[in-house]
Amino acid sequence: MALRRNVFTYGIAVPFAILLAFPFVWMFVTSLKPEAQVYDPTKTWRFHPTLASYSFLFHHTDYVRWLENSAFVGVLVVLITLAVALPAGYALARLSGRVGRTLGVGIFLTYLVPPTLLFLPLSRLIAQYLHLSDRLWALVVVYPSFTIPFAIWLLMGFFKTIPQELEDAALVDGCSRIGSLFRIVFPISIPGILTVVIFTFSLVINEFVYAITFISSAANRTLPVGVPTDLIRGDLFNWPGIMGAILIPSIPLALVYNAFLNRFIAGFTGGAFR
Amino acid sequence: MATVAAVRGSRSGRLRYVAERRGVLAALLISPAVLFIAALVGVPLVLAVYLSFTNASAGSITGKWVGLANFRRILHDPIFRGSLWHTTEMTLISQAVVVVCAGLIAHALVHKFRGRWLLRFLILLPWAAPISLTVIGFLWFFDPQASIWNWFLVKAHIVGPLNKPNWLGTPTDAMASIITVQAWRTIPFATVIFIAGISSIPQEVDDAAAIDGATGLRKFWHVSLPLQLPIALVAVLFGIVFTATDMVVPYILTNGGPFNSTQMITTYAFTTGINAGNIGEGAAISLFLLPVLAIVAIGMLFFARRAEVT
Repeated sequence: MALRRNVFTYGIAVPFAILLAFPFVWMFVTSLKPEAQVYDPTKTWRFHPTLASYSFLFHHTDYVRWLENSAFVGVLVVLITLAVALPAGYALARLSGRVGRTLGVGIFLTYLVPPTLLFLPLSRLIAQYLHLSDRLWALVVVYPSFTIPFAIWLLMGFFKTIPQELEDAALVDGCSRIGSLFRIVFPISIPGILTVVIFTFSLVINEFVYAITFISSAANRTLPVGVPTDLIRGDLFNWPGIMGAILIPSIPLALVYNAFLNRFIAGFTGGAFR
Repeated sequence: MATVAAVRGSRSGRLRYVAERRGVLAALLISPAVLFIAALVGVPLVLAVYLSFTNASAGSITGKWVGLANFRRILHDPIFRGSLWHTTEMTLISQAVVVVCAGLIAHALVHKFRGRWLLRFLILLPWAAPISLTVIGFLWFFDPQASIWNWFLVKAHIVGPLNKPNWLGTPTDAMASIITVQAWRTIPFATVIFIAGISSIPQEVDDAAAIDGATGLRKFWHVSLPLQLPIALVAVLFGIVFTATDMVVPYILTNGGPFNSTQMITTYAFTTGINAGNIGEGAAISLFLLPVLAIVAIGMLFFARRAEVT
């Protein structure tokens, strides 16, 4: 029985792992190739590895600038998201009955309204009323529209796991409701809050539609838009450079993601289905 | 505390008393989120509907009311009709692949075994890395001259070295490539949620099934599957929304080409609204994403309610 289970486990998991991870292996191999050899069929796997394309990326392109831009937007959006979603997530987790549940699911459903439906009207609002065309602040203003519902959903799941009795004890000891929030609830929820920070940040790094619509100059681009639009010289793609540019943020992000994955699942499935 | 409040005067005391009431406090905590979402999702959504009835363009900012003219025009537009079909095709096929693959992987990964961490890490990579970046990697993966995928096919003697497929350059292959990438990036997400669904089944149920003699496929079909279905369906609904409304993958891989054979609702709305500047018409096109959202929203509400009953 155990043997059969092992055969099943490895027989399924290993081939799929190879299949799903292979694109990254190939990106890594390509990123080490000399640019002149990427099309050479005799050098598909055997060549002299070089870090030239990484150095090109950092010294001759706006890559560092895009990293900074993405980080700038990411940090501000995370702060706004936490400020709005922490209280709301807590209140929705504690509001029992119909109202709380309907509001919770309602807010979550807004997360499903995609950027591809909203980018046209938002481009009007950004250009005409907010005068933020081609500025990173446009992204800082718009991104919370999808990070806040997402964060509220996750936080609701986390807060529901904190027993009400803990807060009641604090109230008995003379703490105010707001006080118990800051002294009891938020401190125990730090792992959950960190999870929200990481997944919010990763949503921001991922966002493409708004970034390509609102930002027009190379220096203001974020990572996902800068790499496909500006690492092309003439009609020539600098493939090793592009592969490096993809891997540099992807690998650390994937490691952190994995570390927080179990909490993400707990929050995600606990939000309304508990 | 009471004395401090009294010293500070009755006004702040009363405020504090009001803030301590449950309903008021809840409203206070939730309203910023509701306002933010109303302003950044509600207003644009209404505006999108309004714009679809106008001839707003990059040149004329407000545009004039034109009634159903935009809808009439796009419904007679073969490219738009194609985009409806392509979006459906991409979503349904890729998600069917996802359900099968993720179901298998989830059952393999759910038990503890040597090397599980590494395998899980590798399987999760496509979802954990930013898709808007990795999809650029697939441009290189499918490159007409240097495609590594073709290299494998040639080595396996499936295709000859002189008639290698041009994956993104021919209509059917381009669609297949897009569907592959969509499945590739959704499989890890579905796997993770499926695993959560399987682990949510209490051990007692497993034991009871074993005592009653249910094993293997029978146990899976009659016991495990129905119990993990609600959570699994949420993953599927998510996959449908994310794929149908996604623009990154088709935009970067083919931008609707060749000959509009992979034009999606999203890419066509972008081309019409931003590149060609016909904002009214672009808004009308993107509104056709709403039925997908409505179906999924109803599904979510249904399962949220059911999960609570049980």
